[in-house]
Amino acid sequence: MKRAVWFLLPLAAFLVLAAFLFRGLGLNPREVPSPLIGKPAPAFARPQLHDAAKTFSQKDLAGQVWLLNVWASWCVACREEHPVLVELARQKAVPIVGLNYKDAPEDAKAWLKQFGDPYMLSVVDRDGRVGIDYGVYGVPETFLIDANGVIRHKQIGPLTPAAWEKTIRPKIEALRRG
Amino acid sequence: MIPEIGHFALILALLLGLMKGTLPLIGAARRIPTYMAVARPASHGQFLFVAVAFGCLMWSFMSNDFSVLNVAEHSNSQLPLRYKIAATWGSHEGSMLLWVLMLSAWSVAVAAFSRHLPEEMVARVLGVQGILSVGFLLFILVTSNPFERLFPPAPDGRDLNPLLQDPGMVLHPPMLYMGYVGFSVAFSFAIAALLGGKLDATWARWSRPWTTVAWCFLTGGIALGSWWAYKELGWGGWWFWDPVENASFMPWLVGTALIHSLAATEKRGSFKSWTVLLAICAFSLSLLGTFLVRSGVLTSVHAFATDPKRGVFILGFLVVVIGGSLALYAWRAPKIGLGGRFAPVSRESTLLANNVLLVVACASVLLGTLYPLVLDSLDLGKISVGPPYFDTVFAPIMAPLVFLMGVGPLMRWKEASVPDLFLRLRWALGVSLAVALILPFVMGSWKPLVAFGLFLAIWVFAATMVGIRERVRNAPKGTKLARLAREPRGYWGMVLAHLGIAVFIVGVTLVNGYQNERDVRMEIGDTVTLNGYTFRFEGAKSITGPNYRGARGTMDVSKDGRFVEKLYPEKRIYNVQQMPMTEAAIDSGILGDLYVSLGEPVGDQGAWAVRLYGKPFINWIWGGCVLMMIGGFLAISDRRYRLAVRREPELGAARGAAA
Repeated sequence: MKRAVWFLLPLAAFLVLAAFLFRGLGLNPREVPSPLIGKPAPAFARPQLHDAAKTFSQKDLAGQVWLLNVWASWCVACREEHPVLVELARQKAVPIVGLNYKDAPEDAKAWLKQFGDPYMLSVVDRDGRVGIDYGVYGVPETFLIDANGVIRHKQIGPLTPAAWEKTIRPKIEALRRG
Repeated sequence: MIPEIGHFALILALLLGLMKGTLPLIGAARRIPTYMAVARPASHGQFLFVAVAFGCLMWSFMSNDFSVLNVAEHSNSQLPLRYKIAATWGSHEGSMLLWVLMLSAWSVAVAAFSRHLPEEMVARVLGVQGILSVGFLLFILVTSNPFERLFPPAPDGRDLNPLLQDPGMVLHPPMLYMGYVGFSVAFSFAIAALLGGKLDATWARWSRPWTTVAWCFLTGGIALGSWWAYKELGWGGWWFWDPVENASFMPWLVGTALIHSLAATEKRGSFKSWTVLLAICAFSLSLLGTFLVRSGVLTSVHAFATDPKRGVFILGFLVVVIGGSLALYAWRAPKIGLGGRFAPVSRESTLLANNVLLVVACASVLLGTLYPLVLDSLDLGKISVGPPYFDTVFAPIMAPLVFLMGVGPLMRWKEASVPDLFLRLRWALGVSLAVALILPFVMGSWKPLVAFGLFLAIWVFAATMVGIRERVRNAPKGTKLARLAREPRGYWGMVLAHLGIAVFIVGVTLVNGYQNERDVRMEIGDTVTLNGYTFRFEGAKSITGPNYRGARGTMDVSKDGRFVEKLYPEKRIYNVQQMPMTEAAIDSGILGDLYVSLGEPVGDQGAWAVRLYGKPFINWIWGGCVLMMIGGFLAISDRRYRLAVRREPELGAARGAAA
């Protein structure tokens, strides 16, 4: 009898997995609301990618509406959203700061050289600590931060033209009108 | 009209699938020959109708029928013909149709090559395949109909994703699916054996060639995908540990374990219940991979259209198929006898270690892929698992596996002795240690990881050579060449596949150890030197392609002042989706690649940001995979499978005559 119990193990393991997958279906990873929305953006001061001697802190952009875009050169989905960011930068639609997440700075610089650099500047978060403070779930993610330094919106996954037109741009305009 | 014919053909295929999935199984249980006889014609009919449906979809793509939603979303009138054909499986709906086409093709192959098997076995195997086909056909018809019309029709299509417009991508999905779906045959054999209660060496022998073929296709599919990523993503990387890559890699790992465990089951009757479990798992992981890709549970580059309804459907199907088969396993497997006993040091025990390591490797990949999801479901927070996790976990599991790969084939079944093995392998060990210590110096700089990787690769090579030499020496009379030729193809298949692993390791080790890259801004006439080659930038000209425009740079490559070649990297913007793509120019060679890709133009004097890579021995990575594939195909062409085909009907006839 004891031996027979062992043979039930694979089935039990699978059922547990299936239960998680079922919950996972309900949790669309692109739509998880962030507990940080409506709260002040977590403080950080990190070296800049192109000038490691200078640091950047979220306070430096106080008084402006801006985007914090989490990216990495190893992130393939970042390539998908990159043309959108480059286009936004060309139109000077909104200042975009990059948070270069768990990445080697050489790779990051090369990546920007190859695909274009839409960022006002990029901040190096090599150990991912800033990412943890911001509750980064996966790369890419984009945070909309208002003039008072409060997070107003979080885009999980690539920033699509549709997301820009339908959600982010109206929010930015509303924030600027004040 | 044509799309409706395709739709109708799919419905007919579903009806035939319902027949195929019920009657033969009932017939096998109750011993009704007429019911069992349905299996083969139903398989043929199903294949015919699925093929008609697939043909109709392809025709819609080729004739630019933008009144079909799928065509309007994934094609364009300017798209070159070969990519229109490939666009048939470039969408979610089309790729599911390709999946079903492969499944019905495998059924037809089983029906054709199973004449020597008992009728009940064939009926059960095809019946299980029938159930699988019903699940997928229902999925297509209910949630992802590829023939849905668009009214009013679109004036032109939205074009195929430019990333997919590459020869590697034309072949990659069919190859991969051949592998994924091929494991359904091993699965069906396992379920049929559990249902029939006969799990023995014959079952293992019947499953073996099918498993090997599926594994070969999967190997090829994964290799093509990696080659595509290397060429097309303009990044010089060849593996990203993306969830979708992992989804194809997990069945490969378990499939590799299955091939080895089937060998032990066939030769010695060992690990029977374990082998059955692996056969179930290999296919279950293929299904799980489909779920992960299609449901959108995980975010990934490859996430095509994602839709929760589809996710629920596949998950339900997964629970029925995997849950059902594991329940059957829990019920029937305890009655399977234990195989022959073996000592702690024996070929069986190495094969067992191989299995355990491969399954652990697969589990760690599964864990890394699903961990973010599991934590999120438990409200424990959100994390992302990137390449750092996989690189750290994977190599320590693989290293002992590769070491055992050298020893295993030289061991005797049942019991082997360590001192004897050491004596036989001491030269191989010495040579591989020496070469591993010296070779990195020759390559330019000594690095511990490079030395370790080279040691493993040369160890596999040397130990395999020792094995061949011993075989020749122990073979009865004849010249050396004649003795070599007498060795069965199954043996040569194993040798090639193992050497393929060695070649693969050389590639990975040397690329990781000695790749070079330069990122520079180059004006016209500037030169850069990399790995002894001098690159001179001759400027970039604008070009217009069939469905894109862009710039093509010219790079003169020379070595020691002598002209070598011209390379033409391109930067393309595809007209419809406005997506910039980097077409790297690659000079491929057996000793390595020179890889040039264009970044962005800098200023207006014709200067460009340029990336140059030297990738030593990178082609050995894919070369190794090709060797593994050839090895697999060689193994299934072994005489004994063909002999078995001929012998068994005679036995059946003799038995019939005696009765």
